[in-house]
Amino acid sequence: MSNIVLTQTWFFPNVDWSTLWNATQETLYMTAISLALTFIFGIILGLLLFLTDKGNLWENKVIQAVVAAYVNIFRSIPFIILIVLLIPVTAFIVGSFLGPSAALPALVIGASPFYARMVEIGLREIDKGVIEAAKSMGATNTQIIFKVLLPESLPALISGLTVTAIALVSYTAMAGVIGAGGLGHLAYSHGFQRGRDDVTLMATLVVLVIVFILQFAGDRLTNKIDKR
Amino acid sequence: MISLSRLVKTYQTRDGQVTAVDHIDLKINEGEIFGIIGYSGAGKSTLIRLLNMLEEPTSGDVTIAGKNMNQLSKKKLREARQEIGMIFQHFNLLWSRTVKDNISFPLEIKGVPKEERDQRVNELIRLVGLEGRGGSYPSQLSGGQKQRVGIARALANNPKVLLCDEATSALDPKTTDSILELLVDINKKLGLTIVLITHEMHVIRKICHRVAVMEQGKIVEQGDVLEVFKRPKEEMTKEFVKQVTEPEETEEALQHLLQENNIGHVLQLTFVGGDAEKPLITNIIRRFEVTVNILQGKISQTQNGPYGSLFISLEGDAVEVQKVLDYIRDQQVEVEVIHGE
Repeated sequence: MSNIVLTQTWFFPNVDWSTLWNATQETLYMTAISLALTFIFGIILGLLLFLTDKGNLWENKVIQAVVAAYVNIFRSIPFIILIVLLIPVTAFIVGSFLGPSAALPALVIGASPFYARMVEIGLREIDKGVIEAAKSMGATNTQIIFKVLLPESLPALISGLTVTAIALVSYTAMAGVIGAGGLGHLAYSHGFQRGRDDVTLMATLVVLVIVFILQFAGDRLTNKIDKR
Repeated sequence: MISLSRLVKTYQTRDGQVTAVDHIDLKINEGEIFGIIGYSGAGKSTLIRLLNMLEEPTSGDVTIAGKNMNQLSKKKLREARQEIGMIFQHFNLLWSRTVKDNISFPLEIKGVPKEERDQRVNELIRLVGLEGRGGSYPSQLSGGQKQRVGIARALANNPKVLLCDEATSALDPKTTDSILELLVDINKKLGLTIVLITHEMHVIRKICHRVAVMEQGKIVEQGDVLEVFKRPKEEMTKEFVKQVTEPEETEEALQHLLQENNIGHVLQLTFVGGDAEKPLITNIIRRFEVTVNILQGKISQTQNGPYGSLFISLEGDAVEVQKVLDYIRDQQVEVEVIHGE
């Protein structure tokens, strides 16, 4: 007990700082891994949405309809319900449905369609003339994707990723409530359910700091690479 | 060099079928600057895109440098496109790349090694007069500079043909002239065949050797630029020729003059090629009993020589005036009596 007493302070009497640090690390872990995976899947889905659309490189009504349906369905399901629905899938992939890693499948499946739509919007903003110019030079479709589409939409991809990252932080909090750990779990189980408002408040403050840092870094990066 | 035969392109729109290019036959010679002029909607944009298969023809054939473009495999078509440069009205540069990297882009596509690319890029930057701007981004350049990057990029793979899609339409008159001079320059230096589309007769006058006039998907008139200027047959062509030969105020000024009672005969003289340098007016005054008054005039340079029109009024008795008209016609100068007959 003495350890706990030592780490307690007068202005947040019930906050255990090492527990808070662990929770923060769990939140950061969930956010970072799921963000990286969301980035990859979101770009793949976004590219598919864009390229299979009418008048584009891989125009294909069937693939377009399937991808659009997938994206729309998973974007519409409230996240807290999605986690519950995905428990069997999670148990199969991760081997457990508790702990930070168990939250990852739901986070990625929930956030990728969201990011995919932003990728699609970013790609649509590219001037068609630039794609035409690349075609006129004899570029292959792969070259057009990697040398034109992705670099030209990069600022939109990054600013979309910032928004997605922030959404993911809030998703991790929801996941925390049903057993994934992290700051959401801390605020809900340790704070709210035990009537310790200072713990809830502290967890909220840490979430806010994470969000502010993400937003700031995202904006800086977007501005730096945007040469328009 | 380029030959189109019975080329057709139709689009299906909500309002029915639109024929953008309607059975066009055309031959463009190696090393010439060929202009296609028409108002927007005439189908010239579609036509130029049919040359490098950015648009696929509905029927007909496109042959460039001996290759039948519409029968190539996808791979062969990509290779053929590397030998056809194209520049655009809105430049279509990659904003995420510097000037150097933009020019290097077609070389990357072709798979040219890095060292060779850098060397070629430097040559091209010198060729288009962009020394010192290689590290800039397109957003830091003026319109004229952007088009220079576009031209350098189009020339990177040493193409045989350069297609210009309204390349100067987004530029101011002074910049337009400098870009046109650059095009003439590379046409002479590299022996490049240039095909350009435009709605400005000024562009045709300045740099083209031959011209085709397009209206509703068809070519209504074509020939050497001077010849077309001298004897435009179609209404459409006359309208375009007017753009460059008559100062805008001419019509207004003449209308005003013609209302005066004592004005005699008003003639429009058209000089082509060497004629423009003859002392025609001096000879008229010396030889005939008439008074000559110069009302309005303009001389323009084309690639094949000067072209000009002059409005004069003549006073004198009918016999003398007829003699003057005969004399002018003897001198191979086109003359039209627009008042007083």
